[in-house]
Amino acid sequence: MNMSMSEQSLSKSFTLTLDGVEVSAYPGESIWQVAKRAGETIPHLCFKDASGYRADGNCRACMVEIEGERVLAASCLREAAPGMVVNSARSERAHAARKMVMEMLLVDQPEREDSPDRASHFWAMADQLAIDATEVRRTLPRRDERVTPTVKHVSLRADSLAQDSSHSAMSVNLDACIECNLCVRACREVQVNDVIGMAHRGAASKIVFDFDDPMGASTCVACGECVQACPTGALMPATLINAEGRGDSTVADRKVDSVCPYCGVGCQLTYHIKDDEILYVEGRDGPSNESRLCVKGRFGYDYPRHPSRLLTPLIRREGVAKGLDPDFDPAKPLTHFREASWDEALDAAADGLVGLKAAHGPDALAGFGSAKCSNEEAWLFQKLVRTGFGSNHVDHCTRLCHASSVAALMECIGSGSVTASFMQASQADVVILTGCNPAVNHPVAATFFKQAAKRGTKIVILDPRGQALDAYAHLSVRFSPGADVALFNAILNVVISEELYDTAYIAEHTEGFEALKIHTVDMTPEAMSGLCGVEPETIREVARLYANAERAMIFWGMGISQHTHGTDNARCLISLALACGQTGRPGTGLHPLRGQNNVQGASDAGLIPMVMPDYQPVSDDQVRAAFEELWNTKLDPTPGLTVVEIMDAIAAGTIRGMYIQGENPAMSDPDLAHARAALAKLEHLVVQDLFVTETAQFADVILPASAWPEKNGTVTNTNRQVQMGRAALPLPGQAKPDWWIIQEIAKRFGLNWNYQHPRDVFAEMKQGMASLDHISWERLEREQSVTYPCPAEDAPGQDVVFSDAFPTLSGRAKFAPTRPLPPDEPVDADYPTVLTTGRQLEHWHTGSMTRRAKVLDDLEPEAVASLAPAELIRLGMKPGDDLTIATRRGSITLKARTDPGMPEGMVFVPFCYEEAAANLLTNPALDPYGKIPEFKYAACHLSRSETAMLEETDA
Amino acid sequence: MTVQTVIPKRRFRGKPRGRELDPHLLEALRELLGDERQDASLRRRDLLIEHLHAIQDTRGYLPLADLRALAAYMNLPMAAVYETATFYAHFDVIHDDQLPPPAVTIRVCDSLTCQLAGAEALKAQLEASVDIEQVRVLRAPCMGRCDTAPVAEVGHNHVPFATQARIASVIEAAHFHPDPVAWQRLDDYRSEGGLALLQACRQGDVTVESLMEAMQQANLRGLGGAGFPTFKKWTFVRQETGPRYCAINADEGEPGTFKDRYYLERSPHQFLEGALVSAWAIEAAALYIYLRDEYPALHTVMREAIGELEAAGLVAPGYIVLRRGAGAYICGEESAMIESLEGKPGKPRHRPPFVAQKGLFNQPTLVNNVETVYWIPMIWQRGAEAFSSQGRNGRVGLRSFSLSGRVKQPGVYLAPAGITLNELIDEYGGGMADGHRLAAYLPGGASGGILPAAKADIPLDFDTLQAHGSFIGSAAVIVLSDQDDLRAVATNLLAFFADESCGQCTPCRVGTEKMLTLLERDEWDAGLMTQLSQVMIDASICGLGQAAPNPVLGLLKDFRGELAAQNVIVRG
Repeated sequence: MNMSMSEQSLSKSFTLTLDGVEVSAYPGESIWQVAKRAGETIPHLCFKDASGYRADGNCRACMVEIEGERVLAASCLREAAPGMVVNSARSERAHAARKMVMEMLLVDQPEREDSPDRASHFWAMADQLAIDATEVRRTLPRRDERVTPTVKHVSLRADSLAQDSSHSAMSVNLDACIECNLCVRACREVQVNDVIGMAHRGAASKIVFDFDDPMGASTCVACGECVQACPTGALMPATLINAEGRGDSTVADRKVDSVCPYCGVGCQLTYHIKDDEILYVEGRDGPSNESRLCVKGRFGYDYPRHPSRLLTPLIRREGVAKGLDPDFDPAKPLTHFREASWDEALDAAADGLVGLKAAHGPDALAGFGSAKCSNEEAWLFQKLVRTGFGSNHVDHCTRLCHASSVAALMECIGSGSVTASFMQASQADVVILTGCNPAVNHPVAATFFKQAAKRGTKIVILDPRGQALDAYAHLSVRFSPGADVALFNAILNVVISEELYDTAYIAEHTEGFEALKIHTVDMTPEAMSGLCGVEPETIREVARLYANAERAMIFWGMGISQHTHGTDNARCLISLALACGQTGRPGTGLHPLRGQNNVQGASDAGLIPMVMPDYQPVSDDQVRAAFEELWNTKLDPTPGLTVVEIMDAIAAGTIRGMYIQGENPAMSDPDLAHARAALAKLEHLVVQDLFVTETAQFADVILPASAWPEKNGTVTNTNRQVQMGRAALPLPGQAKPDWWIIQEIAKRFGLNWNYQHPRDVFAEMKQGMASLDHISWERLEREQSVTYPCPAEDAPGQDVVFSDAFPTLSGRAKFAPTRPLPPDEPVDADYPTVLTTGRQLEHWHTGSMTRRAKVLDDLEPEAVASLAPAELIRLGMKPGDDLTIATRRGSITLKARTDPGMPEGMVFVPFCYEEAAANLLTNPALDPYGKIPEFKYAACHLSRSETAMLEETDA
Repeated sequence: MTVQTVIPKRRFRGKPRGRELDPHLLEALRELLGDERQDASLRRRDLLIEHLHAIQDTRGYLPLADLRALAAYMNLPMAAVYETATFYAHFDVIHDDQLPPPAVTIRVCDSLTCQLAGAEALKAQLEASVDIEQVRVLRAPCMGRCDTAPVAEVGHNHVPFATQARIASVIEAAHFHPDPVAWQRLDDYRSEGGLALLQACRQGDVTVESLMEAMQQANLRGLGGAGFPTFKKWTFVRQETGPRYCAINADEGEPGTFKDRYYLERSPHQFLEGALVSAWAIEAAALYIYLRDEYPALHTVMREAIGELEAAGLVAPGYIVLRRGAGAYICGEESAMIESLEGKPGKPRHRPPFVAQKGLFNQPTLVNNVETVYWIPMIWQRGAEAFSSQGRNGRVGLRSFSLSGRVKQPGVYLAPAGITLNELIDEYGGGMADGHRLAAYLPGGASGGILPAAKADIPLDFDTLQAHGSFIGSAAVIVLSDQDDLRAVATNLLAFFADESCGQCTPCRVGTEKMLTLLERDEWDAGLMTQLSQVMIDASICGLGQAAPNPVLGLLKDFRGELAAQNVIVRG
């Protein structure tokens, strides 16, 4: 029903008669759509003219008269047919039906002025039909006139809420509900969260969450799709509703189109702004989100105005020791820092760095850029380090998330980005999701997976932990933590021993298959089963499903990459795809799901120590020569140090000064005691951020920077889509755009920079990055999103790449055999439990933004560790009790949550809580290729918190 | 309902979002329903209603904790389980803030015939007399026993000619299960020549074409109410590519109708043969029978009869799937029935596509009424002529009238098509009940409209009543007399429709309720009622909403004088 124009032009048009006029229509179009093109907007309530929304035809406000039919037809639903004679605007009968339908609904609505949304679509339709609300209320009886229930078997319950304000983000007022079912479709079919239902029947029909539970107590994940779909305001963003339950969705004074600042999905959105505040946010029809958002992307925008937001540059007070002072309040930083003018702060920031360089040479300095900033800012930051600091010691959090994936991809297929977008899952027959939890970490990508599953795509989940997507999976396989390589090799063994591989593809596109064949010969399912904890038959089933599929894709996340064998994990997955010929076609491919809004772009732009922009090795003379020409300066040929190596180098005394922009290593690095000690040891640390983060508490100078909704710039998502972000809010206080601050530091390094706007930077980037060919700033302004690589100015970018050849010297991809290795720190008698870390749906990365967003903080307010119910019982604990987790590196105490998805013998801790920082516990051992630490596996010991036990004894 | 509860918003969760699953209840479900980990087919969505019945039969009601476990068992969203469980009147979903129902439930039929027979007073008496700790009294729609009105169901025991005393004795005897039915067993049926057609079909002695020709000659039409020629339906379904299904609608719920029960209780095998022949004719992958929950005795009969066929090797086990309704009139609508067969709320589907194209599990489906297929073996046995030679007043064939209301001898009567009401009452119904004079009649249950005594001599058949704003439907004739309150009749009917509306479309969901409110007023606004009726007729998705205003239009058209005499002021 929702066809694109290109599909339409492919199919043959036909004609029908609409109100006496011959109009053209395309197969599959509804009468409503035909009428819309002919210039008539037929009234509609339950039909939402947006992608993903099926017409349901229940409200009957869009009726038309079709010649030869006894009754009227719903135009939203009825497919146009050749020769059909339809009367719409000129049908008295249709008009009477539309009007009376509206009147029947209107009479039971709250007065317009008392409505939860006086500017709702419903009232607009009432206006369109020129309905006199007063007259309607005079003639038609109201529902509340009835004394006995109309539907007899439904009993009234006090707990069945019509007005429900139990959720922080959304307000429910079912007095305004017209039972149009749009929220059900939004929740069930569009986002596939399956929380909302239409219970009971007849006049008792009621929108319910789960079992008619309060929204805030239900399984609702607060994606807000229902709010966006509701035509009456019965479901509204809480920010638009006053204490009396009244609201107005048009109260915003302006709108700005931009992109979400959170995960790597890159959802397009529109900010609705009033008085320079973001009032609410709506999803926009971007390629990766089709107007959908998640809880963070819809409700997490008050952090830029949080009371602890940095408004002035700060300089550490004399004599105040560096470190995390438990008494420090980020909202009142003047206990430890003093305010400074920009000139003073910039001079202080730069002087310290320049001085260290002068005294100890370029290798004394390092910089961490940010995957949360724009492409332009990433470009400037690495340029500053390379041309100002004079080294390649620049890195960012990609090191902590997908460095191993990138290493394997570069090695095997010659490119570090995804070979196909996640939207391609819609066309796949089989989708493997491994080491990822998209419903939590990439919620809108997850909607594509769930929709595909509903259409018949077989989802296969391979993970040690259970997850929400299991409910939609064809097969969900839990394996032993850290045994990924064993499992994947066993799958490869089956592919090879059962000859499921694609001989023609292997011959044409790969090299090294024979070696892989020999290499995996002994890694049979039986041999590997003990290691990975999966039955041999299940391993075979997975192998057959994937290999025999016409089209199959593999998605992975940090469960794959954050291991000391992370690169091996990725190599296995790549080998699997190559052996089965599952890349280079629609519905096939390899896709590491990127975690931050611009981790792809920041990597592309060169925030990596061993490569220049576009992954060109710094050690390559030709590459360097090109950049030396572009930047008119000499470049260091030695690859720089990575994140964890930089921390080690500080400890070793070689690196003495750092510039950290928008990164929070005092929370995100492994073995935080070590990392924090290193930060404290720095002779000069400049931190540029929105808040006095944990890292900023070690800083000498703190520079107040810009939040995403405050700046212009491009970002690149996990699908290789370069997208335009726009400023919605003015900068508060003296805060400055990041690109401006970097430029000021650069000037103080004697660099002659003079960028006036991010577009100037983008223009320079195009000279150093072939990936941006045919993608101009103006084009992005116009089209919002362009995928790279892009073949021409007027052509779309390539969603699927490497159909003909791989970007390697031979044009072929390479098999890289692997061997199972144990985790760096296996469990033992003293530390018998596996600690694994990650994110939560509501909190993003180290929590510096999301824990300052009210709705997100309301939903997940406290540090929490998830355990299998049996594990809690074993510990003699109840959900909510304090749990102490200890590893060889430290211990934390936090509340326990029971989670049936957790395997026994494992505990999961999100790393966003500074009060119980998971990374105090994690193991800094690195993958030898990707230099990524093993965040997903550390041996730990669990116990009931001693304080809790003492309290109990006291009582 | 409008209660505001504010839960403290910033709160720690010690468990995953939403209601927690009790693993013990999940284990208990596995005991009850089988282990879904061993047999994944137990998770099939279409089993939801069956599973709900199993839980309610065991527990006496549906506690939310069990529904939570069922959602996990079936891998269904909680909302999906809740939607289905709360749609059907026979499921008692009990929330945490509610008390479980008492052990005994009495349902008093309040549909028109039983109301005429004093159901309201009976219900009031029962409510006043029972121990509410032990017994609850509910109203319920037509139980298909209008010849023994008033009817009440105690547990699953239907009490005919119910009185407070009779019901008290049933409770005292704890007689909560239906009395067994004496039905024609397979051997007896075969000894009378039963199953000969099915065998002949299977052996190739009878072709589908020849059978369809016979059906056309015999003028066999859909006897659920729509009257669509049966051979044509077969043709349509046969045109579609398989797999195809055959589904028999035994959800006889039109108030006043009890003919299907009548035939099923007597000759289940004749029905099954007709159904199997229909399934054969369209090469159905399976034969589904959707039998209403109001006929508990028949569930036993059908189970046993199907068992006989399976035991005799005449039907592959599992080919015939017997499904149990759960108290929803709308499931008599074929696409709603299909939704219900799929385990969902019975909300009718939009057409096109028709169920013949996309029906059960989105496959081409032949849906026939019980009585329709019941006649097929007989048409073949006796010849089409035996049927086509019947009829009166220019009409052809036989019709099974369910006659009830103010007549001496209510019952199911096989009478010539085209018989008039006067003839039907005189020749079959034993005349009007003593002391009653014919005032009006409903020719087709609650939906078929209402006609005045002056129109008691028009032929009753498909196609003959449209001109009078009426239709015969399932031939449920309810006779009203001069002693009956016409407004009470109209409100009874609209209350029924409003209660049974699935709620999907505005004209029906809101329209039936608004119409009911308008009817309850002392002064009727004929203009508004007509306007509302027209929108319901024009814009409702299915026949329920389209037919619901028929009695109102009938009264406004033909009964102005009577209404005035009963103090209903009609304006406009």
